[in-house]
Amino acid sequence: MKSILEANEAAALRKALINGELPDERGRFGPFGGRYVPETLVPAFERLEEGVKKHLHSPEFQAEFQQELREWVGRPTALSRAPRLSERWGTEVWLKREDLAHTGAHKINNAIGQALLAKRLGAERVIAETGAGQHGVASAAACARVGLPCSVYMGVVDIERQAPNVDRMHRLGAEVLPVETGDKTLRAAINEAMREWVSDPAGIYYLLGSAVGAHPYPYLVRELQSVIGTEARQQMLDLAGSLPDVAFACVGGGSNAIGLFYALLADDVELIGVEAGGTGDGLGQNAATLATGTAGVLQGCYSLILQNDDGQVQETHSISAGLDYSGVGPEHALLQAVGRVTYVTASDDEALEALEELCETEGILTALETAHAYAAAKRWSQEHPGKRILICNSGRGDKDMPTLTKYAARTRTHAAA
Amino acid sequence: MQPHESISAAIEAAKAEGRTGLVPFFTAGYPEPAEFLNTLRAIAEVGDVVEIGVPFSDPMADGMTIQRSSFVAIQKGVTLKWIFDQLESIKGEIKIPIVFMSYLNPLLAFGFEALAQRALDTGVCGFIVPDLPFEESGEIRHALEQKGIGLIQLVTPATPAERLKLLARESRGFLYAVTITGITGGDSGLPADLAGYLDSVSEVSTLPVCAGFGIRSAEDIVNVGKHAAGAIVGSALVEVLEQGADPAIFLRQLR
Ligand SMILES: Cc1ncc(COP(=O)(O)O)c(C=O)c1O
Repeated sequence: MKSILEANEAAALRKALINGELPDERGRFGPFGGRYVPETLVPAFERLEEGVKKHLHSPEFQAEFQQELREWVGRPTALSRAPRLSERWGTEVWLKREDLAHTGAHKINNAIGQALLAKRLGAERVIAETGAGQHGVASAAACARVGLPCSVYMGVVDIERQAPNVDRMHRLGAEVLPVETGDKTLRAAINEAMREWVSDPAGIYYLLGSAVGAHPYPYLVRELQSVIGTEARQQMLDLAGSLPDVAFACVGGGSNAIGLFYALLADDVELIGVEAGGTGDGLGQNAATLATGTAGVLQGCYSLILQNDDGQVQETHSISAGLDYSGVGPEHALLQAVGRVTYVTASDDEALEALEELCETEGILTALETAHAYAAAKRWSQEHPGKRILICNSGRGDKDMPTLTKYAARTRTHAAA
Repeated sequence: MQPHESISAAIEAAKAEGRTGLVPFFTAGYPEPAEFLNTLRAIAEVGDVVEIGVPFSDPMADGMTIQRSSFVAIQKGVTLKWIFDQLESIKGEIKIPIVFMSYLNPLLAFGFEALAQRALDTGVCGFIVPDLPFEESGEIRHALEQKGIGLIQLVTPATPAERLKLLARESRGFLYAVTITGITGGDSGLPADLAGYLDSVSEVSTLPVCAGFGIRSAEDIVNVGKHAAGAIVGSALVEVLEQGADPAIFLRQLR
């Protein structure tokens, strides 16, 4: 299976991407994507695919989904100018405020959409995985909203560093199942959720939290998250008077990024995805899948992954649980391969500094995941003074207090220096 | 005889002797890589076909036992290449057909053409790839078929009738009937309606049907053997190896 594209092939795929023609019938974004799942789940995936085809763009489903986004999620979320940050950076900065969505991150757009779908498909219960806990909280809330029981798999490493969200999930009526296997973070939680799904493929709905996994998830999640970019694009035209020169989003699995980028693909806007650079360039020190990964199959799809020469998936490191993942959505792999989106990294330290700067200048405590996007945008600003920047503020940082408290002493020294 | 045909022949031969074909599974190099070849030799004395597990970091269709064995084997340096090298070092010694069970990614990293060639050179007759549905299997199947190596298809109690026919037709070596709706290593026993399910699988298959997942005892094998040509014993054998017990003694009391 190949991952390098000929020039003419890349040009054709770039056009197909921009025209919204991907994924194809087999769930492929060019060479990437597909459906690599145990045989037991094949009928479940076929049912899900049929369900998505039948409902997702039907007027009835859309009416219900849009109403929930408006009345329960609180959409449209604001577009904020960032005057003090702009002054510091020497660029004109705009923030798409997904932190203001119900439960505090973009994850809710996908969760409520899939919960409504699960209901229509007659699911008896919902399972989900979570890294940062934002998708777990969003799933718990959405399941309570539609009246379905919800179980959330979460690695024990993440349970510790995102403790506030574990408590929130419990209060919202979800069961949180600690995952002790594998890397004890997001990847292990997805494996565990898949194993559970195999035990009851007909009764369980798996509410996957990012634009990853087997077809149709990358497509389904993109469609549900594309509201971010659709709103932001119009708000930029209305409030700023034009589209931005560049748009930034952090990339874990890639759902807030594809949600922002999808509506901007055809525009003359530079798009930059920001991965976790962790503590360094070595294998295991970061989660920079697009920047340093190679093509392979992980958790249902063919995409870029962090692996060794023997095809063993490698552990990752990031200060942010939501970016701490060895894979990435297949559509991002293609967007990079055809040159439409550039992917860069920001380190743990840069993210911490950016988080602090945003607090000081704009009074916004952003999520550690999101802070990576700010760090990269700040660097870019130094080279492009006067330009107009849009950043997806994917979530709020309350959940990160255990980590931030641990680093507080060090960052304060930074600020004093 | 093509390599994949030797798999079918070995199961058929057991049947001709009035036995249920015994297909032991173990994770390569677990618990100790240094013991791999001795374990393989011991198992090959009793089994009709041997299934060697290639460890993978993300075994999403496997329960705790095989997960544990995979992680330890990886930590101790077991790779696909290492397994091939080990087999090469005793080439011709193992008299029963060898099948590899591997998730797709290690095979992809090895390269499908190279994989087929090395399999042919080392006596590996077939592959079971638990995260590769038939629809995605074109490239690897083509590469393996060039060398007469089989890609064994799995069916499950959740497989619809039409799909069952397709998978039965496309399988090579044997048809793998997963007994339960679940992952490997379950200890909740075999399902009550197992007989009807295995009969319906055997009915559509021209290849011998081997049942696997959750088969742990001589009694399980008797039950399965009435409705399928062979039985695959995985987690139970891995647990025996884990305890340092003799695999041949365990397997003999299953036969
Ligand atoms: C606030 C926030 N942003 C970003 C992410 C990363 O996920 P994705 O790349 O799917 O947007 C997460 C994941 O948990 C998150 O909580």
